[in-house]
Amino acid sequence: MTDATLIDRIICAAAEAWKDDGEVLATGIGVVPRLAASLCMATLNPDLMMTDSEAFIVREPVPIGPRGDYRVKRESAMGFARIFDNVWSGKRHAMVGPTQVDRWGQANISMIGADYARPKVMMLGVRGFPGNSISHANSFFVPHHNPRVFVAGEVDMVASVGYKPDRFPRGWNYEDVVDIRRVYTNLAVLDFSGPGHQVRLVAVHPGVTPQAVQEATGFPLQIPDAVPTTPQPTAAQLALIARFDPHNLRAHALGA
Amino acid sequence: MADKRMGAADVVAQLHDGMTIGIGGWGPRRKPMALVREILRSPLKDLTIVAYGGADVGMLCAAGKVRKVVFAFVSLDFIPLEPYFRLARQHGAVETMEVDEGLFLLGLKAAGWGLPFIPTRVGLGTDVPKVNPSLKLVDSPYDDKQWLAMPALPLDVALVHVDRADARGVCQVKGPDLYMDDLFVRAAKATYASCDELVDGSVFEAGDEARYVPWERSETTGVVHLPCGAHPSSCAPLYGFDVAHFKEYAASAKDADGWQRYVERYVACGEAEYLARVGGEAAIRQLAPPVF
Repeated sequence: MTDATLIDRIICAAAEAWKDDGEVLATGIGVVPRLAASLCMATLNPDLMMTDSEAFIVREPVPIGPRGDYRVKRESAMGFARIFDNVWSGKRHAMVGPTQVDRWGQANISMIGADYARPKVMMLGVRGFPGNSISHANSFFVPHHNPRVFVAGEVDMVASVGYKPDRFPRGWNYEDVVDIRRVYTNLAVLDFSGPGHQVRLVAVHPGVTPQAVQEATGFPLQIPDAVPTTPQPTAAQLALIARFDPHNLRAHALGA
Repeated sequence: MADKRMGAADVVAQLHDGMTIGIGGWGPRRKPMALVREILRSPLKDLTIVAYGGADVGMLCAAGKVRKVVFAFVSLDFIPLEPYFRLARQHGAVETMEVDEGLFLLGLKAAGWGLPFIPTRVGLGTDVPKVNPSLKLVDSPYDDKQWLAMPALPLDVALVHVDRADARGVCQVKGPDLYMDDLFVRAAKATYASCDELVDGSVFEAGDEARYVPWERSETTGVVHLPCGAHPSSCAPLYGFDVAHFKEYAASAKDADGWQRYVERYVACGEAEYLARVGGEAAIRQLAPPVF
């Protein structure tokens, strides 16, 4: 399978993430999550809300990149300060791209290394991950599924919360606040619906075996007897993806 | 009637070693970069910088001005990792207070409102409390939960860049996003605003111009007329950020003497020559706002 057809397949699979969410703000960080959210709003869940990735909520998804004659259809202001009012209301579902994810669903975009005072690799900082993850639903997109991303132990810096009860202080039931939905990678679709929120293999892309997904993951997966293959995009879905990505920026989404 | 006009050097003369300085804007957007460059030209040191960080934080770290950074991210967005902040962190050269973007907002609000802290769930369950031993949990008088007490982030000084201002300190921002500038201003004992346009106060009488004035003039300590003073960051809708310049800046971090060469070419020369060397005001005003 070429990267191009695989990327479109991942986008179509990931569009399902917001299908049953009703009226929430869908935030897709990066090209693939944003196209997935756009496709979802255009097909599966017209009640979704999206922004222009700058400062306004829009009535329909905005194509990525230079817009030519396209006029953004604004609906309301949504500057950075107001985003937090939305985040803390819980009416949001973000799809983000963490650098590390562990078996509990804890994710890291801050830094890599054992010494916080002197990181081996300094990355972004925790950004909005702590508040997002304890306030609303989150899904992940991982373009390179390997054990350096899906780590054996805990992530080096826990930026977003996971299903790990001993991390929460008195009075908090982690089941009430942690809501990690799905993980979409270049190999598979995963969720946290195994026993005790174990990561479960939901689907594989064509040509990928469950064994290959397990070998690329640093912790044990729950693998059902029958693992379906992610569906082939329809012509209508491909046409919408092309409309939302007129410059084909998704071509490089897997690093090609 | 107060006349708050001053020069960039007058602002820096009000700053002292060890001060806590908040910098408005967000990543590569509407940063008071001309004021930052003036700090780079000064002997100031041991600063605590509080910012939704971009090249402002990177440059001040590269120049050895910074003791501590309070941040949620430092990024140029289209260049995700700020090169000089990254080097400073990886060399263990700066202390940190790394918090969530929303915790940061609460800290500024608490300072502006005169509160010691604001309780929140944000940060619970993560390593944010672990790497910041100064963050405490508190019991709620209304439920049985422990909450994270985000402490106030009081600032000695806030530096911001605005579209236009008058001599009395009425500041206007017409870009689509104010970011957290008003919160920085209210968290600070003194605020110095650079402005692209210095205007007569009557400008704000017309139409709905006054709706774009996000804080009252009593919050503004000084006004510095610095056209294109946000460059290389953006000041939408007046100009976008300078992608080519940011790329040159980021590339310089790959060379051992890269920062020194950047300083020689773009900082030591003074602000008028800086603007000439980056293409001049007319060229900057042609920089298209970024499209995402």
